[in-house]
Amino acid sequence: MERDPTVCVMGEDVGHYGGSYKVTKGMAEKFGDLRVLDTPIAENSFTGMGIGAAMSGLRPIIEGMNMGFLLLAFNQISNNCGMLHYTSGGQFKIPVVIRGPGGVGRQLGAEHSQRLESYFQSIPGIQMVACSTPYNAKGLMKAAIRSENPVILFEHVLLYNLKERIPDEEYICSLEEAEMVRPGEHVTILTYSRMRYHVMQAAKTLVNKGYDPEVIDIRSLKPFDLHTIGNSVRKTHRVLIVEECMRTGGIGASLTAAITENFHDYLDAPIICLSSQDVPTPYAGTLEEWTVVQPAQIVTAVEKLCQ
Amino acid sequence: MSFSATKLAQPLTLNTTALITKQEGLEVYEDMVLGRTFEDMCAQMYYRGKMFGFVHLYNGQEAVSTGFIKLLKKEDSVASTYRDHVHALSKGVSARAVMSELFGKKTGCCRGQGGSMHMFSKEHNVLGGFAFIGEGIPVATGAAFTSKYRREVLKEADCDHVTVAFFGDGTCNNGQFFECLNMAALWKLPIIFVVENNLWAIGMSHLRATSDPEIWKKGPAFGMPGVHVDGMDVLKVREVAKEAIGRARRGEGPTLVECETYRFRGHSLADPDELRDPAEKAHYAARDPITALKKYLLENNLASEPELKAIDKRIDELIEDAVEFADESPFPARSQLLENVFADPKGFGIGPDGRYRCEDPKFTEGTAHV
Repeated sequence: MERDPTVCVMGEDVGHYGGSYKVTKGMAEKFGDLRVLDTPIAENSFTGMGIGAAMSGLRPIIEGMNMGFLLLAFNQISNNCGMLHYTSGGQFKIPVVIRGPGGVGRQLGAEHSQRLESYFQSIPGIQMVACSTPYNAKGLMKAAIRSENPVILFEHVLLYNLKERIPDEEYICSLEEAEMVRPGEHVTILTYSRMRYHVMQAAKTLVNKGYDPEVIDIRSLKPFDLHTIGNSVRKTHRVLIVEECMRTGGIGASLTAAITENFHDYLDAPIICLSSQDVPTPYAGTLEEWTVVQPAQIVTAVEKLCQ
Repeated sequence: MSFSATKLAQPLTLNTTALITKQEGLEVYEDMVLGRTFEDMCAQMYYRGKMFGFVHLYNGQEAVSTGFIKLLKKEDSVASTYRDHVHALSKGVSARAVMSELFGKKTGCCRGQGGSMHMFSKEHNVLGGFAFIGEGIPVATGAAFTSKYRREVLKEADCDHVTVAFFGDGTCNNGQFFECLNMAALWKLPIIFVVENNLWAIGMSHLRATSDPEIWKKGPAFGMPGVHVDGMDVLKVREVAKEAIGRARRGEGPTLVECETYRFRGHSLADPDELRDPAEKAHYAARDPITALKKYLLENNLASEPELKAIDKRIDELIEDAVEFADESPFPARSQLLENVFADPKGFGIGPDGRYRCEDPKFTEGTAHV
């Protein structure tokens, strides 16, 4: 925002309150109320307003206080964010970032624990990325702001407390590239967002059991980095997908299709896709735990794949 | 509520004597004839199979588009609905470009990618035809937000651009309408909300759809002036528009204007239009805004019959030319298919070979499978 005065933030409680998860803490004091705009609770309209502002020269970052609330803005995100550049014959650009906390948290109930990647992924004209570490959160956010394309940036409610030393000098991450988390030989595990940590927990067990898994945080949910993924498949010949997304029509389903289409000849076993269950996220802690993938399931799946 | 809002919470009654100069009168007349002739030609071309899809014509409502848009500067923005051809024409988009778009041709204002309900022009600040009810209003509000932002954050003191959002009576029962009235009044955005109340949705009468049919009253409820005007009288519309645009330009905030108008044709060319009472249609047909303006110009010696006939003839030729141009223009080539999906085509991602997929010649040819 210091670098480009057209960059602004809009959403519920992003200003004086500093954001529901304090992502924009202190920014209203620094940049003023217009650049860090507290909006009324009207998701479809303030999202549309961000799109109109982008069409006329600004670069808004639109926050969904909880990502689930953006379902109320689905019309604007789909019709105008995704399609308007095309329907206008390329005349208007929509350089917005739509971001916010999502995913399954701790007993937040069904509406606040949504996995929206599956809903948004078929919208044409939109890029989607998920951050998972402080380093890539910053790098992806900068890249998203500077992109000429509309970008949806998925943050996860359970990852805001992570701490990491990040470089003082400027860096950005590519919106199209996956991140190699742990190179390995036996199996490719593709994951993103919070499930990266479940995968890494499982990886410890797997290493103790003599396996050498390759872990890739795909980061770019749309489009997929088929280069990094393909190179890994060619090496390990086995793929496990671990996601928090809904099973039906989710990111894992699209990823399975993309790998089958492009790298079928290199697979020695059918792809296994571990997704969360197709149920509204239950409130009760135990039920919630059984809704999302747990590390033990990951270990079992790898053992099965590598038999 | 501000003083002006209180004051304007009554429908305005206007004195229509000497409201327009000769030159303005001719310009307004020409624009209205342009809109009408263009739309009549669209009907012909639709029935001749030159254009497809849902085509919503503006006949009868010309006083609204002309009354507002002809008072705008090029830098000012307009957001429309699915009934958008005439707004684009009034704002300066050429009849050739709009007709060509309707024919689905490459030379159309959106390269044939938008169609009847999605007219855009960056050059003329036409922010779009929007096909869903109400979705253009937030976008218009965003453009008005940019004007305020440029003035107050980017310190462009001379930025006094305003935005006009057009929509119908049906939209006024939709949340985005209320949400944007609230935000625009809250931040005093330079926007004018113009309701083209043609009394009917498709087959739903306004009176059957809304609890209080007087839409203008909703302005004061949000702290902005609400004005009711005869939308069949371009001179009255113009007077109201002047005041509302001036108010927005001075940074005094938004205005809600309800223009009572009527569409002379069905909702779209696919609508059999069986529900509207013939007596009601006849009543409004007798109040044709173009006939009324013509009468006014002649009676006040602002124009002569031959002058107006010359305008009619010129517009006829312009529309003939637009049809000829559209007819002769090429259809989009396949290579156009994958252009404009992303402003930065890197959005298509990285292929298995490690190169951006948009670098593949199949992308340029439009034959890649995405």
